[in-house]
Amino acid sequence: MEPNPSSNGGCGGGSCGCQGSPNEGQGDSTRRNLLKAAGVTLGAAAFAKALAPLATWSRDNLSVEDFLQKHYRELDKEQLAKVLKHLEEDAKKNYGADVTITDHRPQKGVKFGYALNLSICIGCRRCAEACHHENNHDRASGNSYIRVLEMQKGSMDMEHGNAHYDHPVSHPDKFYMPVQCQQCDNPPCVHVCPVEATWKESDGIVVVDYNWCIGCRYCEAACPYHARRFNWTKPQIPKEEINPNQSYLSNRIRPQGVMEKCTFCLHRTREGRMPACLEACPTGARVFGNLLDPESEIRKVIDNKRVFVLKEELGTRPSFFYFFDE
Amino acid sequence: MATATRLGRWIFFGVIGVIAVGFLAALAYPLMRRDKFRDDREFSERPVGVTLHPVIIRTPDAKPMIDSGKTDAHGNAVMVSCATCHDTRTPDFKTSDAALLNEFHQGLKFAHGGQSCLSCHNSGDYNTLKRADGQPLDFSQSLQLCAQCHGPQYRDYQNGSHGGMTGHWDLKQGPRKRNHCTDCHDPHHPAYPKVMPVFPPKPVIGERKPGAHETSTH
Repeated sequence: MEPNPSSNGGCGGGSCGCQGSPNEGQGDSTRRNLLKAAGVTLGAAAFAKALAPLATWSRDNLSVEDFLQKHYRELDKEQLAKVLKHLEEDAKKNYGADVTITDHRPQKGVKFGYALNLSICIGCRRCAEACHHENNHDRASGNSYIRVLEMQKGSMDMEHGNAHYDHPVSHPDKFYMPVQCQQCDNPPCVHVCPVEATWKESDGIVVVDYNWCIGCRYCEAACPYHARRFNWTKPQIPKEEINPNQSYLSNRIRPQGVMEKCTFCLHRTREGRMPACLEACPTGARVFGNLLDPESEIRKVIDNKRVFVLKEELGTRPSFFYFFDE
Repeated sequence: MATATRLGRWIFFGVIGVIAVGFLAALAYPLMRRDKFRDDREFSERPVGVTLHPVIIRTPDAKPMIDSGKTDAHGNAVMVSCATCHDTRTPDFKTSDAALLNEFHQGLKFAHGGQSCLSCHNSGDYNTLKRADGQPLDFSQSLQLCAQCHGPQYRDYQNGSHGGMTGHWDLKQGPRKRNHCTDCHDPHHPAYPKVMPVFPPKPVIGERKPGAHETSTH
């Protein structure tokens, strides 16, 4: 139906500039305006209230620059240098610590592998403790990338392992299996990430861009080894306990609300050093090295020991191997 | 009626077109996405030289001493050399326990097969050890002594899968320090001792209460 040009019933009041008598429907239009204004105000207030948790959830002093930062793999050298400097300043401001944050890149001809001798491990949890300190974990939650499971001898099912044992070790009826990120070649956590905040690097390490992660925890749910951790709170670490040798993809202090995971201590291993958990092991149960070097210790283990991987049937193809002495 | 049909056809092809464009965009997206990742920072420098840093094995003290049980003016224990007593005494090859002795070596715990003291200690020169073939062996070389019986462990040690270490996995970039047998094993009772585990995990959000499940199933 063609609208009747003489009627202003549909224009919603005098403010629309349509032709009509100024006295006609005056009371109606002011009431409508008032109702509209009230509606808009209420709506805006409700919207602001609904968004308020976002404001408190987001990082301290999140600047526009931080917010607009590109994905780690899209940054060029200058942009990255700026980001690193900014992160160092943040650590100084938030924690009072002088830290050095470096960008450690993979080395050519290196693919990392890790092996653990279950006949030797006594379950003392020193690896988990070393990880906690090396990787600047939250002191309050006692977080660590390593979970040591006490397993019944004869069982291989890690879902029945007990991480909360509290008696002198090793118990003669048990064996002890530390579980951390297995750095899978077919990583389920990477496949499920909706924003590509986690990926596998050329030396086999699965890393997280903590500044890109949205904290949806899909990866935590996808990981069959329960190896990923979520930062529920802003990490609390005393200034003097902060490990100042940090890396962007590794042990820099993570913001609240992002995922984190074991990186085989890439800030150490990409400099040729051993991971912290290996150095802390008092029994020498851990073997680390370059899978591409046929003379390396890790290759000797894989060639000569009967190694196995956890949950092989899932097809994740871990770079972390377990073995028993015969 | 004809207008309506033409309009319907337009809408139909329009929808098909939008779906096709969306499909192509979805196909192209991963390719475009990957193009954005830079490769100029792909690798870090790794030393290409052939010189390897050393693997340092900690050596035990070359000259063994024993606590005399006395203290000097500063309160430090007075240590005496083995030869102080053993030079003038007749060795007893049957002794396998400190309880059989009247003095010294008291309280030492022995649990190392059924060996006697002189299976390893050299009665000809107590400052050295004795190999299975009777040849003396310096205390600093005691790794060789252990290797005589513990072949698989020695093999694994040489392959780098037995014994703790610190330092570098890549000897091109730095040295490595390795433990010696006696850093972890007391030669008189070599089984690794029981220890209390450190760093008990705290329950985190989303994880079941410690022991709640475990105790019910056992």
